[in-house]
Amino acid sequence: MIIINTETIKGLAKDGKRMDLRGMLEYRSPISIDLDISFTAEGSAKVTMGDTVVIAGVKLSIEKTYGDTPDEGGITVNAELLPLSSSEYESGPPGIKAVELARVIDRGIRESKAIDLKKLCVKPGEKAWFITVDIISINDAGNLFDAAGLAALAALRTARFPVVDEKGVIDYKHKTDVKIPIVKEPLPVTVYKVNGQLMVDLTVAEEKAAESRLTVGCDAHGVISALQKGGTTPLSAVEIGHILDIAIEKSSFLRGVLDKFVKA
Amino acid sequence: MAYTQRLDGRKIDELRPMDAKAGVIPNAVGSAYFKIGNTLAYAAVYGPREIFPRFLANPKKGILRCHYGMMPFSGAGERVRPGGSRRSQEISMVIAAALEPVVDLSAFPNAVVDVYIDLPQTDAGTRCAAICAASIALADAGIPMRDMVSAVAMGQVDGTIVADLNYGEESYPAVVSDIPIAMIANTKEITLLQMDGEITKKDLMAALEMAKVATQKIYELQKKALKERFIRE
Repeated sequence: MIIINTETIKGLAKDGKRMDLRGMLEYRSPISIDLDISFTAEGSAKVTMGDTVVIAGVKLSIEKTYGDTPDEGGITVNAELLPLSSSEYESGPPGIKAVELARVIDRGIRESKAIDLKKLCVKPGEKAWFITVDIISINDAGNLFDAAGLAALAALRTARFPVVDEKGVIDYKHKTDVKIPIVKEPLPVTVYKVNGQLMVDLTVAEEKAAESRLTVGCDAHGVISALQKGGTTPLSAVEIGHILDIAIEKSSFLRGVLDKFVKA
Repeated sequence: MAYTQRLDGRKIDELRPMDAKAGVIPNAVGSAYFKIGNTLAYAAVYGPREIFPRFLANPKKGILRCHYGMMPFSGAGERVRPGGSRRSQEISMVIAAALEPVVDLSAFPNAVVDVYIDLPQTDAGTRCAAICAASIALADAGIPMRDMVSAVAMGQVDGTIVADLNYGEESYPAVVSDIPIAMIANTKEITLLQMDGEITKKDLMAALEMAKVATQKIYELQKKALKERFIRE
């Protein structure tokens, strides 16, 4: 059960305080990443951020290339918010929350050209490797965006291509030591505005008290590669400037976590 | 050539290494994971709570609903499309039927207890692992239960009865039968029995006997997981 203390959270936020005594710009700790949590995936990772637990799994397949990009493979990110992970989720096709999560993570990785898709080409105009990253919530205790982005990158870093026989058939039981050609690694940081104050790594109750949010994908050089504003309250340009500063700083913090648990 | 040496070197009645833990999903009322070999199941219990659609409600007692799902990257080969399939629907149904005899929902008329079971990796025996995880999760949730249910896939590979088939044995190039069995821990009554393949009556009876010993080992682990959850130093 999720207890919502919206008014208390808002009141505390005004004074720069939080229910769990964290700083406004402090992530829950420790954040940990478990690798290879699924031997059937080509790469997988489980991120634990406070009580939030998210799994990402990478599957690789060889498909027909697209007509407009005959020399490229592709990447798709999908998200499933399992009813196992919260009483708020129901069985059935992905709801808008899952779709938004998938799209934001997808944008961060694909549109930023984080993967060298040309290197995924097997035979121009015919066949290329396609990557699917599935993000699965195990326990949604808030801040799925940041946890999912971290899990997706960890899974991509650990993924290894499966063996392909001379007929071009994939042997999923055996992996090569070839890695996915990652060019850059954008990590999403979501900054929320609660009662006019900026806050990161919100719990579910805090998310419900928030007015608006901005998810910012940043690579190691502080280059912004994806943005998504949420919530119904507007943000001023000055506020967005503050949010970007926070996001750039926090993405390097999360990158430190990634580097600690996963070899590049 | 009879099947005398198992593919992974186990004794004929030996289970794969197992691990179980209760209380792994804080949002759920009760939860668990259960791992046997490379098959891993997470289970979460939500409820008793209001049932939708309403016409499913039973004014005499609560309803137990199970939802089994494989994660998209959990299969042996290509990615599995998420969402339900005929297979997952049927497995969900037989899991609920396997657990129902031990679950007493008479105190919760018109309500539902939902059990969600999702697997991040699979190597045969998924419905049995799902039942083992679900049974721990229901107990963890404090749902009134008469007993625990423990399940294992027994098998017959080229004339030899073995416990806890793995994927290699399931697809062994000979006459193979795959027999998932769930038993009530203390009475050894059978609450799930399915079979595909070919088997004689004599072999099937032998498999049921071997399952009693195998499920007892699983039951001990399930109890241990629950004790570890509730006993603090």
